[in-house]
Amino acid sequence: MKKVFYIFVFLLFKINLAYSLIEVDITRGNLDPLPIAVSPLHVDIQSENFQNIKAKELGSLISSVIEKNFKSTGLFNPLNKDAFVQKPDIAHLKPRFEDWRLITAQALVTGKISINDNKLKVEFRLWDLAAAQEMAALAFTTTPSNWRRVAHIISDKVYERLTGETGYFDTRIIYVSETGPKTQRVKKLAIMDQDGENTKYLTLGNELVLTPRFNPTNQLVTYMSYFRNLPRVYLLDIETGIQEVVGNFPGMTFAPRFSPDGKKIIMSFAKDGNSDIYTMNLESRLVERITEDSSIDTSPSFSPDGKYICFNSDRSGLQQIYTMKSDGTSAKRISFGNGIYGTPVWSPRGDLIAFTKMKAGKFYIGVMRSNGTGERLLTENYYQEAPSWSPNGRLLVFYRETKSGKDGSGFSAKLWSIDITGYNERELKTKTDASDPSWSTLLSK
Amino acid sequence: MTKSLIYSLSFHVVMILLTVLSLPFMIRQPVDLPPIISVELIQITDKTNIPYAPKARKVIEKVKEEEKRVVSEQAPPAAKAKEKPDRIPLPKKQDEKKELIKKKQNPKEVKPEIKQVSEFEKKEVIDTNQIAALIDKAKKESAKIEKNEKKLSQSSVKNSFASGLTLSEEDALRAQIFGCWTVPLGLPYDDDLLVRIKLDLKQDGTIRKSEILDHERMNKPGQKFYKVLAESALRAVRICQPLRVPQTGFEKWKTIQLNFNPMEMLKG
Repeated sequence: MKKVFYIFVFLLFKINLAYSLIEVDITRGNLDPLPIAVSPLHVDIQSENFQNIKAKELGSLISSVIEKNFKSTGLFNPLNKDAFVQKPDIAHLKPRFEDWRLITAQALVTGKISINDNKLKVEFRLWDLAAAQEMAALAFTTTPSNWRRVAHIISDKVYERLTGETGYFDTRIIYVSETGPKTQRVKKLAIMDQDGENTKYLTLGNELVLTPRFNPTNQLVTYMSYFRNLPRVYLLDIETGIQEVVGNFPGMTFAPRFSPDGKKIIMSFAKDGNSDIYTMNLESRLVERITEDSSIDTSPSFSPDGKYICFNSDRSGLQQIYTMKSDGTSAKRISFGNGIYGTPVWSPRGDLIAFTKMKAGKFYIGVMRSNGTGERLLTENYYQEAPSWSPNGRLLVFYRETKSGKDGSGFSAKLWSIDITGYNERELKTKTDASDPSWSTLLSK
Repeated sequence: MTKSLIYSLSFHVVMILLTVLSLPFMIRQPVDLPPIISVELIQITDKTNIPYAPKARKVIEKVKEEEKRVVSEQAPPAAKAKEKPDRIPLPKKQDEKKELIKKKQNPKEVKPEIKQVSEFEKKEVIDTNQIAALIDKAKKESAKIEKNEKKLSQSSVKNSFASGLTLSEEDALRAQIFGCWTVPLGLPYDDDLLVRIKLDLKQDGTIRKSEILDHERMNKPGQKFYKVLAESALRAVRICQPLRVPQTGFEKWKTIQLNFNPMEMLKG
């Protein structure tokens, strides 16, 4: 009886709380870049100069590089430092969140630099200003001359924490540097950081070079050059500078790429007007023929798992994109739009294939799913081609040429990048004209 | 027999007490009385009197006609006729209006009349603002968004019947959070990334407690995007506070659930 009574009383109290829960669906938000404050890193160094580096300025320099990286993504809006009200040393210990919120910042990066035993130590913290809590904190130790890389690594960590994607700042881009008039271009292999700094030239410009590609460890580069006036695929070790011709083909080899495990090179081999796709194992030097068709098959690219290959072929009449298994079986056409398709490249995420499309006198860079559906053209121009993926599959870098006069005047070739959403199209600054870019994987994995 | 009677009586007393205590809406009824709502409406009238004068004028005049008898008891008809245009507020002359009213009429009696006027104005103001806001957003978005709008209004209808929030109140809250929520643009659009946040609110709309309902998912491997989305949603709610909640019916909205789903926006 007592139990029944207690249950009855409990239920009566429960009625009081019986309002139905209000649910509100939020399906839209603003697409503005996230306001972020990058405080100059606090410098805890006594000496003014260290190994020809102005130690006192390192804090500002590193924060500037981070800011520049964020700005370039289009996803973040680094706030003007003039509006900052807290000093870097105090901000790094415990930010006054209200002050930072006043300038509409939603996230804050703080840091501290010190040099001990000829080693540069850089700490950084990422703060969520709305929640008033720390989101990430890391420290790196390196040689002082490596401060730029530290800035890129910090950018990657912050980017990953705030977007959920891996970053792409601690990476390099290899490209063909071009100088001279259009009719007599001097082309060299060049390598630079993704932000355009630290450019180095890998060849002298005596021979024409085209389509350089990194291997997965970023130590080797394969590219096409001319050997006795015959286009051949080469392999170059970036550290030692040693280069060699890939394979002993009795004809022209071109459009090389590494397999995802870096053990093979896949390329086209042309003879008697026919072009097919071959692979060569770099360890055993064994050559394997992948396609055997009377049409022109070229521009092969492996899927990230190495099980499939996409390539272009004119076997249906016009040049279109095809996919097949890595042994050459089950080839099927995946592009069916109007126009000509070329230079297909499989995304590192595996979901998309980027391509160049030529239609009605215009060149487009676009993406489609690996089964050929969902084709989207991201950018249109007079002449542009050769897309290459950023290591996180978020951006594409490609090159664009301008229309020139009959004497070649007004001609230029520049590198551009674009987000796969079609937004944030921007030029990558290079020291000379540039073409055929290829993005490395992350240097710090 | 006496014992049974005592038991019975005490039980009945307890029952009556429990019933009174546990059905608070019976007590709270006076809270929703019109005068309190009217006070709230006056504030809104003072702030938003710009483009709605023509509509409001008609409504005001209609109300005044109905109330003519009461008004004539308070002031001579001539004075009332002069005041008519003043009742339709103009942006820069509000202070003057108030002074005039004070001079010509007994403030105590004028007050309820103003309340009634502004009550109608409020309905017009809120509705029109809401429509304008929706039109502005629709311009920016593609036709797909129209679908979203339909979905939203359907859910609003469902909620307003279920919870007692009006469409305007729910839309105002939604519009406020739209503005505060910076959607992480790197999210994949084909994943199931619905973030549900339960909020305990204070009467002024500030947050007493926030809880992500699927918080254990945040720390699972491979759920980085969910974590990023959940954090952005929490950030939005915190930035937005105090939330635009109704001034009455606290018991109904003191606990509220927000479902953040950016998928349609990212696809579009």
